Amino acid sequence: MTTVLIAKDSGAKSVGADAVAAAFEAVGADVIRTGSRGLYWLEPMAEIDGVVYGPLTPEDAAGVLADGRKRIGPLADIPEFAQQTRMLFKRVGAMDPTDIDAYRASGGEAGLNAALALPPDAVIQAIADSGLRGRGGAGFPTGIKWRTVADTPEQQKYIVCNADEGDSGTFADRMLMEGDPYLLLEGMAIAGYAVGASKGFIYLRSEYPDAAETLTNAIANAPFLDNELDSGFRFSIELRMGAGAYICGEETALLESLEGKRGLSRAKPPLPAHAGAFGQPTVVNNVLTLAAAPIILAEGAAAHHAFGTGRSRGTMPFQLAGNIKQGGLVEAPFGITLRQLIEGFGGGTRSGRPVRAVQVGGPLGAYFPESLLDTPMDYEAFAAAGGMLGHGGVVVFDDTVDLATQARFAFAFCAHESCGKCTPCRIGAQRGVEVVDKITAGDNVDANFTVLDDLLEVMRDGSLCALGGLTPTPVESALKWFRQDFDKGARQ
Amino acid sequence: MNESADNSDIIHAIARDCLGLDGPLMEALVRINQRFGYVPKEAQAILAEVLNVSQADVAGVTGFYSDFRSAPPGSTIVQLCRAEACQAAGVAGVVKEVEAALGCAFGETRGDGAVTLEDAYCFGNCALAPAAMVDGRLIGRVDAKTLTALVKP
Ligand SMILES: Cc1cc2nc3c(=O)[nH]c(=O)nc-3n(C[C@H](O)[C@H](O)[C@H](O)COP(=O)(O)O)c2cc1C
Ligand code: SF4
Ligand code: FES
Repeated sequence: MTTVLIAKDSGAKSVGADAVAAAFEAVGADVIRTGSRGLYWLEPMAEIDGVVYGPLTPEDAAGVLADGRKRIGPLADIPEFAQQTRMLFKRVGAMDPTDIDAYRASGGEAGLNAALALPPDAVIQAIADSGLRGRGGAGFPTGIKWRTVADTPEQQKYIVCNADEGDSGTFADRMLMEGDPYLLLEGMAIAGYAVGASKGFIYLRSEYPDAAETLTNAIANAPFLDNELDSGFRFSIELRMGAGAYICGEETALLESLEGKRGLSRAKPPLPAHAGAFGQPTVVNNVLTLAAAPIILAEGAAAHHAFGTGRSRGTMPFQLAGNIKQGGLVEAPFGITLRQLIEGFGGGTRSGRPVRAVQVGGPLGAYFPESLLDTPMDYEAFAAAGGMLGHGGVVVFDDTVDLATQARFAFAFCAHESCGKCTPCRIGAQRGVEVVDKITAGDNVDANFTVLDDLLEVMRDGSLCALGGLTPTPVESALKWFRQDFDKGARQ
Repeated sequence: MNESADNSDIIHAIARDCLGLDGPLMEALVRINQRFGYVPKEAQAILAEVLNVSQADVAGVTGFYSDFRSAPPGSTIVQLCRAEACQAAGVAGVVKEVEAALGCAFGETRGDGAVTLEDAYCFGNCALAPAAMVDGRLIGRVDAKTLTALVKP
């Protein structure tokens, strides 16, 4: 019987993968449901003996088996896949993510076993030596965070996985949780061992019901959870759901929510590493940060450090989104340029029109013009260009975009999602919407540009957390590179 | 009266189930909202009593999160992503068509109770934008026609 791999990933299902899988079963194929390879423009896609077919409809199933209909070619020969460096995502799409035996047979648990054979301090040292920085947005060195928690003397400590992935244009966390959930759980256990925490929470956004189901299963089946391991270490994980609040991706608001409260950002200090969940020392890390730990422990810090550029080490799963011909996931070493991603991997816009603006790093990231596309994907290079790498989402817009509309949306989104704790954000964002409206209506344009500049300064410098503090970034970049969109010459 | 008594029993049971958890209030509300599609009024007093918090706390938390509806939704819930990647893929063009086709504005439930239309901010399907979710099922590359077809007759 022919074995056919078809993704069970919610993105693949969103364009019909379930019906395609059923059609293959109906014609007698042995279907294995996997994560997605991240080549979303080919979904629903089937993989048979390493050869890819897609995008498929249920009617194609018999033809694919009989005469190779819709054959794309061997996966290894598809440049958009072959030119990636799959470290974190090496299993995603290749196997049934719920199958713990398949996980072990493909190197799963090697990282945890390596960690347990070391003193906790040496595990932290390996993470530090690897150069791993937080993948959630801020790029904070993970080794330093773990060391801080390890050095804080408390009986009860926590590992909290930030699975809120609220940034538009990002879906790598979702793909990993749906496609290789054990890797994340193993990473959390390694973090727990390293810092002396026996309990972990995954805080997952409610927009990801499929990931919730996959994780619930994996938590119940993972042999390394809820059992005493060789070293006497024992770790358990609880899944908690969010309820539709972007601010709960911010780590202190997340902790409030986890504690059952409204998701208001906390003032820092104290750092979560000193007093986090329920007042106890807490590691808060992004999904991809934690999932990198098993690989670093299994393959060595040097192997991780060997990829990347400058102070951005390792690989990053970049996500191509928006108006893009070949949208999907591209795991590549830091240092690849925005142009290589968009033109090389992405094949340009889906509309076929020229790229006019690219927003990297989610709703708080800058809009870059075409002239900045040669910027390397590197934390420092992005900061120098006035942007932010964030969680690695790349949203492409063609020449029909209006950047005044996008700037207005940045304010409106901030107003909608503001936790309301501080005035610059709560009131400022609403004022921002109004001022942009006045400018685009031609009302007192020059005076209102000055008001806007002042407002941006107040928000940037006076906000308690980065929602209010970084909303100026997309607005300022729009003003800097696309000022003509605001001031179309109309004066009242 | 009977329905409300049933609701109270269910809410009581959920609250008791959550009692052993750290920070149980949020989890209890998530489960109640999942069970009913909204948070019934009687939840406030029951949660306060069982979880030993004030009714003001329950009201504050319930009101903070956009998932927690205060009234029963329509039989089908259609959520359309309005965030940047979906904007780049032309969701603005879908918005008016969807409202017209479903006969209901964003944030509203249609008069006959058949459908609730809501906006959302990113389903992690940004490579297949515009994206929507219909009763928890993710849909990629949506237009008004696909969405309308998914509404239960
Ligand atoms: C408004 C806002 C939203 C955020 N959303 C997320 C998120 O969805 N996921 C995430 O991992 N980090 C998010 N962050 C960053 C977190 O606050 C925090 O830096 C991160 O979880 C730390 O983990 P890391 O060091 O592994 O990146 C957000 C920050 C802000 C200010
Ligand atoms: S900046 Fe906005 S989200 Fe952050 S604490 Fe202030 S009001 Fe809350
Ligand atoms: S922005 Fe619409 S699904 Fe991500």
